[in-house]
Amino acid sequence: MIVLESLRKSFGGSAVLRGLSLEIPDGQNTVIIGPSGSGKSVTLKLIVRLLEPDAGRVTVDGVDVADLDREELAALRGKIGYVFQFAALFDSMTVAENIRLGLVKRGYDEVTIRDRIEESLEVVELSGSQDKLPAELSGGMRKRVGIARAIALKPRYILYDEPTTGLDPVTAAVMDQLMIRTRDLGVTGLVVTHDMRSAFSVGDRLAMLHEGAIRQTGTAGEMQASHDPVVREFIEGRPQRVALEPPARRSVG
Amino acid sequence: MTFHNFRLVPPLVASGAAAREGFIAHVGRRSLEAGRALRDVRTWSPLLAIQMRRLGVDSVPIALFIAVFTGIVLSLLSSYIFTGAVPLYFVGALVGKTIMMELGPVLTGMALAGRVGASIAAELGTMKVSEQVDALETLAYDRYSYLVVPRVLAATLMFPVVTAFAVAVGVGSGWITAINLLDLSTTEFLKGLRQFYQFKDVWFGLVKSASFGFAVALMGCLRGLATEGGAQGVGQSTTSAVVLGCEAILVLDAFWALVLL
Repeated sequence: MIVLESLRKSFGGSAVLRGLSLEIPDGQNTVIIGPSGSGKSVTLKLIVRLLEPDAGRVTVDGVDVADLDREELAALRGKIGYVFQFAALFDSMTVAENIRLGLVKRGYDEVTIRDRIEESLEVVELSGSQDKLPAELSGGMRKRVGIARAIALKPRYILYDEPTTGLDPVTAAVMDQLMIRTRDLGVTGLVVTHDMRSAFSVGDRLAMLHEGAIRQTGTAGEMQASHDPVVREFIEGRPQRVALEPPARRSVG
Repeated sequence: MTFHNFRLVPPLVASGAAAREGFIAHVGRRSLEAGRALRDVRTWSPLLAIQMRRLGVDSVPIALFIAVFTGIVLSLLSSYIFTGAVPLYFVGALVGKTIMMELGPVLTGMALAGRVGASIAAELGTMKVSEQVDALETLAYDRYSYLVVPRVLAATLMFPVVTAFAVAVGVGSGWITAINLLDLSTTEFLKGLRQFYQFKDVWFGLVKSASFGFAVALMGCLRGLATEGGAQGVGQSTTSAVVLGCEAILVLDAFWALVLL
């Protein structure tokens, strides 16, 4: 289980997280929803210590991430797959080489590496794309390769950073199915997104991040039934105060 | 007024001491990271040959291009300076000494600061802003072992090799210029070249160029990994890597002259 306790993080005097606490239970997809710039991606980076919190604690399977030395941190990262917002594939490497990189670091033999690459590409339905370069792939395909790179390592957890952002509805639905399929394989998922359709589709549990802290948690049904105006405003996509004036009508004379 | 100024002194002293401690701690941390990255041989060793080719072998044409014209100009210039005052065979001495000890290493270093420093900073800067460096870390790689060590080692090893080629070609082009455009024979040119030659001339230039390679690649890596923002950030890192690389070459050039000559 991943536990986030009272996390605080500021950038240049601007507080992004102000005491975020959340438990991510095993075997489920937990989705953190919230507006852009609310600190969702920062939260993911704190879990794998790509960033350090100003205060608070992250524990993964009972171990405080801040206490780990380099080797222990590398071992922890081996348990956690990370799917980046724009896939973050190494553009000088082919699809197979991108997936291979993490497997080589873990010391697998060539046969295992080849099998894992094939298996993971099969899961994301990209068999036969091994020799393509990231520049030859569409945005959706790149994200699927990002998932393949993560699941090839057979992690306990996968962190998804805005997995459906910028994708057409059909490709976004494919991504949702992949996240559900990965959960069904026993991998705990933590998804951050502001795409409510995707959140309701993949999330066993949702958590609303607002002003640097968790505002409400619950199942999709519980969130949809929420009476909290902030939650309702976000999930319905209706701002409380309409800032834009309606366009002036032209008189036709 | 005096009283207020007096009262300001202790905090300033304290902040100076804190800054010194902070700097020492920073250098200490960086040294530990560098040591750890160097020990991670399994990560950087497969990448070393690739970087040696990219940073060294691929830089040979530009270095030779510069060397050819340096040799020509130096030969003509020394003949112009020596006319009537110094025997013309000194052209060989001047061309040889100057290219081996100074112009070969420095001009090659400057050219490679542009080519290698910019290329490293732009590549790592793009990787940083597109989260590829973070992706590397999540795959349990250390960014210094994977990205910095192979580039810095490759440049340190390959700059002297490229410089050696440049020196040979520069002296050669100076000789061809001397025998074709000046009233000088090969024997006279070689007489001048041999008369003041010392083995130190060669290793002095090569040691300098190794240090230039180290500095240029290190600046490129550090600036690249410090990149923030998007395309503009990458541009700024690239420019500052080239400027810092050139400055480092000039400072190191003076340092080695003071220490070794």
